[in-house]
Amino acid sequence: MTDFDGKVAMVTGAARGIGAASAMAFASAGAAVAICDVLDQDGERTAADINAAGGMAVYVHTDVADAESVESTVARIVDRFGRLDFAHNNAGVFSPAPTADLDVERWRWVIDVNLTGVFLCMKYQLPHIVKNTGAVVNTASVWSQAGAATQAAYSASKHGVVGLTRTAALDYGNTGVRINAIAPGPIATAMTASVPTEIMDAVVGRTASGRYGQPDEVGKAVVWLCSPDSSYVNGAVLPVDGGWLAG
Amino acid sequence: MPEYSELAGKVAAVTGGAGGIGRACVNAYAAHGVSVVIADRDDAAGQATLDGLPPGSKAIFVPTDVTDADSVGAMVRAAMDTFGGLDIAYNNAGVEAAGKAVADMADRDWQRVIDVNLTGVWQCMRAEIPALLARGGGSIVNTASALGQVALPLQASYVASKHGVIGLTKAAALEYSARGIRINAICPGVVQTAMIDEVAAANPGFMADMHAKHPIGRIAAVDEIADGVMWLSSAASAFVTGSALNIDGGYTAA
Repeated sequence: MTDFDGKVAMVTGAARGIGAASAMAFASAGAAVAICDVLDQDGERTAADINAAGGMAVYVHTDVADAESVESTVARIVDRFGRLDFAHNNAGVFSPAPTADLDVERWRWVIDVNLTGVFLCMKYQLPHIVKNTGAVVNTASVWSQAGAATQAAYSASKHGVVGLTRTAALDYGNTGVRINAIAPGPIATAMTASVPTEIMDAVVGRTASGRYGQPDEVGKAVVWLCSPDSSYVNGAVLPVDGGWLAG
Repeated sequence: MPEYSELAGKVAAVTGGAGGIGRACVNAYAAHGVSVVIADRDDAAGQATLDGLPPGSKAIFVPTDVTDADSVGAMVRAAMDTFGGLDIAYNNAGVEAAGKAVADMADRDWQRVIDVNLTGVWQCMRAEIPALLARGGGSIVNTASALGQVALPLQASYVASKHGVIGLTKAAALEYSARGIRINAICPGVVQTAMIDEVAAANPGFMADMHAKHPIGRIAAVDEIADGVMWLSSAASAFVTGSALNIDGGYTAA
């Protein structure tokens, strides 16, 4: 059983879905958790759920695409809990359209949140995480390894997250901080529920397991990547995809 | 010696066309009888590239900022107005990153590299694809890098941008390959350019290190990268789409 007593985790995109599940998993392991999101109502509810279950969580409104917001959130966490050990940089968005029909604003939004957001989070988290020899997990996607039609910005951003994760792992390897990415396949969340059923059926149909993954199945992988059990795993991209990438 | 005779009479746009790999490709397209739009933000180097082409070449220089949608749109319109259409696009413009660890990287430096290397490629494809569709198809080649597949310390923005180019290339290939546009990326290793010469002059031993990083024992000449771009532009690669072609002397194999 992973023991994160006395440790502190920051999870972005934590109001719902994968982020909420990983926040719950961190809390179950004993860590205090900062629930970071722009969805205030859902974020407050997730924090309340964790506290009701005996964990320790606070909601901090955070726009990962805004450097000042990220800097202020990290400062608040360190102020409140005195330290930061783990980060799960998970906030992500998508905006479907064929490459030639995508608006500049939509492209920028996806790149800013999914890719620059991970950079900004690590930029402000790492000086604190280095002090505690902690760990970082960034949410990529199976579409960090393959393309998806109508998802040029999303595919580009998630490939970029892998490049960023690998570079950060090399930059901080000598500090003992490990930095990895996860590549979820189709997970049963509000995000995938917003995609037309026939598209998601095809995505799920390509998995070896033949089903959606549950958010907690991803959350457990995130906690494992932050735990001493994965002490030699660094700069890696871990598929949590029911075998989607195997085919 | 032109290898791909079917390229003669086609129209190509090359971003970052005024130097290095881009200029080598401008020269190679022109040698194949392709009409070339040299797109670059460096006016003097763009004009020099144009002036350096052999007599009889069909080419124009269009000052272009790939981070500016209007500028990119004007570049594609110039191709249509001057040469009647667009068949081939080589999206190559890119900038280097200042060497900094993630937590020490300035936000604006991160943003600049992402804007030029990644968003710039998308801006170009967005403007080029309708022009290529109007001709019934064509070929797009995007410059990624060996660092689109593996990382190098202190280069987070560059590595992320080049990984992103590969993702963008694959997604676009899925969307347009059935409509006749093949879309691929190339992943060069280190290439002999003026920039490399400058770094080498200031750092003894740099060049030997660079050569040693490539299992083939040396860095690339720009023409060796252009050879790959010409192949991907030609009918010789008719079943190649959505791929990231390593032209890296074995760098990513190690």
